[in-house]
Amino acid sequence: MDNAFCTPLDITQIEHNFAEINPAMSAAEAMQEANRCLYCYDAPCMHACPTHIDVPGFIKKIASGNVIGSARVIFDANPIGASCARVCPVEVLCEGACVEKTLIKKPIEIGRLQRYATDHAMAVDKQIFEKCEPNGMSVGIVGSGPAGLSCAAYLARLGYDVTVYEAKEKAGGLDTYGMAEYKMPQTVSLSEVDHIARMGVKFILNTRITGGDDETEILGKVNRVSMAMLREWHDAVFLGVGLGETNKLGIPGEDLDGVFDALDLIEKIKTRDWKSIPLGQNVVVIGAGNTAIDAVTQAKRLGAEKVTLMYRRTEKDAPAYEYELELARKDGIEFMWETIPVEIKGDSRVNGMTVLQGESEFAIDCDMVIKAIGQQKMASFFTDIAGVDVDEKGRVVVNGQMQTSDAKIFAGGDCANGGAEAVDASQMGKHAAMGIHETLTGEKVEFAGAILRDPPKAPVDPNPH
Amino acid sequence: MADLTTNFAGIKSPNPFWLASAPPTNMGSMIERAFDAGWGGAVWKTLGEPITNVSSRLAALDQGQVRMIGLNNIELITDRPLEVNLKEMAECKKKYPNHTVIASLMVESKKEAWQEITKRTQDTGCDGFELNFGCPHGMSERGMGAAMGQVPEYTCMVTEWVKEVSDIPVIVKLTPNVTHIVPPGRAAQKGGADAVSLINTINSVMGVDVDTMIPYPNVNGMAAHGGYCGTAVKPIALNMVSELARDAEFDIPISGIGGINTWRDAVEFMLLGAANVQVCTAVMHYGYRIVEDMIDGLNNYLDEKGFASVGDIVGKSVGRITDWGDLDLNYDVKARVNEDKCIQCNLCYVACEDGAHQSFEFVESNGKRYPRVIEKECVGCNLCYLVCPSPGAIEMVRVDAGGPTESWRERTAGN
Repeated sequence: MDNAFCTPLDITQIEHNFAEINPAMSAAEAMQEANRCLYCYDAPCMHACPTHIDVPGFIKKIASGNVIGSARVIFDANPIGASCARVCPVEVLCEGACVEKTLIKKPIEIGRLQRYATDHAMAVDKQIFEKCEPNGMSVGIVGSGPAGLSCAAYLARLGYDVTVYEAKEKAGGLDTYGMAEYKMPQTVSLSEVDHIARMGVKFILNTRITGGDDETEILGKVNRVSMAMLREWHDAVFLGVGLGETNKLGIPGEDLDGVFDALDLIEKIKTRDWKSIPLGQNVVVIGAGNTAIDAVTQAKRLGAEKVTLMYRRTEKDAPAYEYELELARKDGIEFMWETIPVEIKGDSRVNGMTVLQGESEFAIDCDMVIKAIGQQKMASFFTDIAGVDVDEKGRVVVNGQMQTSDAKIFAGGDCANGGAEAVDASQMGKHAAMGIHETLTGEKVEFAGAILRDPPKAPVDPNPH
Repeated sequence: MADLTTNFAGIKSPNPFWLASAPPTNMGSMIERAFDAGWGGAVWKTLGEPITNVSSRLAALDQGQVRMIGLNNIELITDRPLEVNLKEMAECKKKYPNHTVIASLMVESKKEAWQEITKRTQDTGCDGFELNFGCPHGMSERGMGAAMGQVPEYTCMVTEWVKEVSDIPVIVKLTPNVTHIVPPGRAAQKGGADAVSLINTINSVMGVDVDTMIPYPNVNGMAAHGGYCGTAVKPIALNMVSELARDAEFDIPISGIGGINTWRDAVEFMLLGAANVQVCTAVMHYGYRIVEDMIDGLNNYLDEKGFASVGDIVGKSVGRITDWGDLDLNYDVKARVNEDKCIQCNLCYVACEDGAHQSFEFVESNGKRYPRVIEKECVGCNLCYLVCPSPGAIEMVRVDAGGPTESWRERTAGN
């Protein structure tokens, strides 16, 4: 890569551009906001949270000055509660359901309060959940993303010997490698990993799971462990492998220099090694999901002169959340709706595109193309390596306990739901831990926020009044 | 514009808002600034033998983000020489002839001492006296303040001493630190008082620093009980004011004190029998400027209600307070949820389940889950209505036929 193909901005400017979009609250701000919470009963925010965190409960603990207690309520229902505080689409989840939004159009800032409490626990280095008395059983977890981390944390709390296998050199999955840098720096996800590691969970990094019996190699740069070995070593296995490679456009020029996968680019941004991140001056991002938004907003923040979001359908059809689209608009992104890429042009490097709008085909200039058109499913991993069933969409099939067609193999997260939020994966990891425990021991456990029930109706006074 | 001038036991004021005897009335220049801000009168920080105060002195009760809903003070009476206060009082009265200056007095329980300070002070041209029989901290340990107000005979006796030599109206300030306010009120009247003022502050320990384990306010690692005032004491003051106002034998004017922040608070005191009001804590919090809206709001209220003079509202609600035994047992209200205003916070539900009579259930409606009142279980207690944050989401609806009334006294009259 030549040095010219990178940000034109100086480092100070870039650091400024990548400042956290939802900054930390001061103690005074947190107190004021926490006291504004009405402390709803069986609260709408708690229902809206996929992990059903007792939101009024943790907020009132902030208000009472019991911030460690608050963090415990959060991590009890969501082991990646610090990441979720930053990356959750709160506008459509907890804050979208907040009664203060209904009442005065100003929801409580639940995400930032959650960040305040979890930041505090991390700042004082408080180990909220300790390593538990071993129960003699072992579970292997493949993939250290939100689903795997959550499952690992709950299993450790039950006394399992948990080993997490991760292909990359750092744990955390998309929380570590895939979140827009202005939403969350890598350190947050890594400190959550550390918190879970201190509960006794072992992380084996740089390790891929392969098929066959004789594939295990544990001394290479990227180690390989066969599925057969996992079955031998562990009483159960949880697969939280996420999704695969970015989909192909299937058009000429896709392999030219200057064409990138959005997730690869985002991963490079996570290094904060700004000058090593490839960047053109006229960038086209193809796709209109939340990853596409992360790509356009970050390309702009890196200093690209012109950034265009190109989508084959209408603005209304864009899968990104409305508030994400709004962020892109505020960042000055240009939009080409109902525009289909026909060809990426260039000799060895991108210098333009041919696109189709309705009947008219025309050329546009660009020097970088970023593909954000979704990821492939891991169907072949499940069928060929793990030997479990997938559905017609390529998702691994699981029951309510996150159990696959193989009774000892469980799965959850994007690979099971086809791709959703980190918080959804966390909840699936929780259910998987409960399912694994029940399968292996016959004992039912229920973690905080696993199941929401209507509060039981109290008996009425038998005496007339 | 209604007429806001008052004639309180013969003391004329441009409006019913006086500053209570307290830190905001510590000296002449402060009172003069208060008059400039619009206060109708001021009761000077209590005169007597100058004392030495401690540091620190104040502590507060907060509620969530709301600061100082209650305040407690261990500051004593004036620490300034009597002659300085008297000189400033005379100058102030001369400069503000139409404003009310009241001298608050407290000396040891000797006739000569009371009569001497009375005579010396009335030479300033002040408009009246307020006898401080209420201060609950410090001075009471020396046999003064509340120590006097808690014994009706002493209250009567000292009032008589002062009245013997006073040419101007005498107000007796009552302590709330008694089980029943009527006997000291009657004692003041019997001693010849022209009016009473109440309440003084309430015995209180404001709290404890849970880190140092030292109670507030910290005076070199120790604390003493203080006098409690501010918003939180208003209901206690309203009760005591109304008890005196309702008492058949009691017929002198009342100056209402305790937790008055706004014109609305003042109106409530006046409706329950206060002929004027005194304010301290709200000024200690926000400054003299708050009187502007008190005057403006009171004016607008009187205009809106069609009262020509502020005096017209005094005591209007006294007849609406009675003994429990005279309340109508047949009156029946039930809570009702208005779904269009309900925000589904479910505070009504949990309050009723755990704090009242289990009269709520959940119902699905328009794809949402709303709390609903089970009418036959609802006793009409108001709790759900009180906790509801959304105005109009819960109303209390009368459900009885409006037939004959029956009180507990009537029901048990034959027994």
